Amino acid sequence: MPSLKDLKNRISSVKSTRKITKAMQMVAAAKLRRAQDAAEMSRPYTERFNKVLGALAGSVAGSSTAPKLLAGTGKDDVHLLVVMTAERGLCGGFNSSIVKLTRIHVEKLRAAGKTVKILTVGKKGREQLKRDYGNLFVGHVDLSEVKKLGYAEAQSVAKDVLARFDAGEFDVATIFYAKFQSVISQTPTAQQIVPAKFETVEDAGESTLYDYEPGEEAILADLLPRGVATQIFSALLENAASEQGARMSAMDNATRNAGDMIDRLTIEYNRSRQAVITNELIEIISGAEAL
Amino acid sequence: MAETMQFDLVSPERSLMSAQVTAVSIPGAEGDLTAMPMHAPMITTLRPGILKVETEKGTQEFVVTGGFAEIGASVTVLAEKAVPHADMDQATYEALVQEAHESYLSLKAADTGNEPGRVAEAAKLLQDMVAVGTHIGLDPKQPNL
Repeated sequence: MPSLKDLKNRISSVKSTRKITKAMQMVAAAKLRRAQDAAEMSRPYTERFNKVLGALAGSVAGSSTAPKLLAGTGKDDVHLLVVMTAERGLCGGFNSSIVKLTRIHVEKLRAAGKTVKILTVGKKGREQLKRDYGNLFVGHVDLSEVKKLGYAEAQSVAKDVLARFDAGEFDVATIFYAKFQSVISQTPTAQQIVPAKFETVEDAGESTLYDYEPGEEAILADLLPRGVATQIFSALLENAASEQGARMSAMDNATRNAGDMIDRLTIEYNRSRQAVITNELIEIISGAEAL
Repeated sequence: MAETMQFDLVSPERSLMSAQVTAVSIPGAEGDLTAMPMHAPMITTLRPGILKVETEKGTQEFVVTGGFAEIGASVTVLAEKAVPHADMDQATYEALVQEAHESYLSLKAADTGNEPGRVAEAAKLLQDMVAVGTHIGLDPKQPNL
C-alpha cells in the first residue's frame, strides 16, 4: 500500500505529463494546419503537371526512343525503396505502419529473387529498419534541420534518386509514405516513381492537339526528372500532414489517459486519507475508554 | 474591349497568380513568345527569364527559373521557382546564380564525355540566369567559367 506522500507525488507527476502531452497536441494541431495548407497549395501544380505529363507520355509511349525514366531499363532486378518517415517519434503508429509496409515489400521482392536497396528519408524509419535490413541501406536523407518543407528538399531527394538511376544502380524505384486521409486515419502507401507511371487520361473527347516546342521527346526528357521531384514533393507534404495528424491524435489519447489516471489516483488518495483519519479516531477513542 | 483569357502561374509550393489577362510573354526555351487569346495550343519549356503578364489593369512581371507553359484555351505556367519582379533582390538573385553555377560545376566535374549535352545545358542555364540579372537591373555576379 503506497503511502499518502507517494500518491501525492504520483498525482503531481501524472499532472505534469498531462500538461506536456496537451501542449504537444496543440503544437501538432497548429503544425497540421500549416502542413495541410502546404499540401493544398501544391495540389494545382501537381495536378496540372501530371495531366500534361500523362498526355505527353501517352503519345510517346511505345516508341523505342522513349526516355529511360518512362520506359524503364527493360529489367526489374534491382529495386530501390525510398522510405519516408518522420524525424521524431511520439506520433502513434505513424512510423511503424510505414515501416511495416516496407517490410512486407522487401520480403515479397526478396522472395521473388530481386535485389533490394533502401534509401531512407527521416531518422525514425532508418532506426527501425536498421536491425533487419541495415545491409541494404544505400543512403539517408536527413531532414531534421529543415524547418519548413520546401520544393528544394524534394529536389535534393529527387536528384539523389536520379543520379543513382543514371548510374544504373536500380531499375525500379518505389516511394513509401503515409497518405493523409484525416486526423485519425493515415494510409501507408507505396508508389512507383521510376519508371514513371501515370493514370492514363482516357478523355479522348477533350484532348487538344498541342504544338510542342522543342519536340515532344525533348520536352519529355526535361519534364520527367521534374515529375519525379514533384511526386516526391507531394509525398513529403502528405507525409508531413500525416505525421502531425498522427501525433495530434496520439497526444490527444495520452492526455485523456493521463486525466483518467489522475482521477483514479485522486480517489485512491482520498480513500487512504480517510482510512488514516479513521485509524487516528479509533486510537483516540480506545485510548479514552481505557482510562 | 480586348479579349481576355484565364491565366494561372503556379509553382510547386503555391499558386502565385490566377487572373484574366490579355497577353502573356513567356521566355520559351527556343525563344520568347507572347500568347494572346486564341493562341494555337502548344506546350513549351521555359528558360530562366522574365514572365510578363498583361492584364487590363496593368502589367505584372515575374522572374521564373524554369518549368513549362501550357497554352490552350487558357494559359498555365508551371514554374519551378517564380518570384515577383518587385520581390527579387540581389541576395535572392545571387543565390539562384550560385545554384546554377554549382550544378554546372558538379556536372562538369562528373563529365565523362559520353553525355556532352548536359554540361552544355547547365552552362546555358547559367548564362540565362546571368542574363536575367542584367535585364532586371541587378548586378550580375559574373561567375568565372
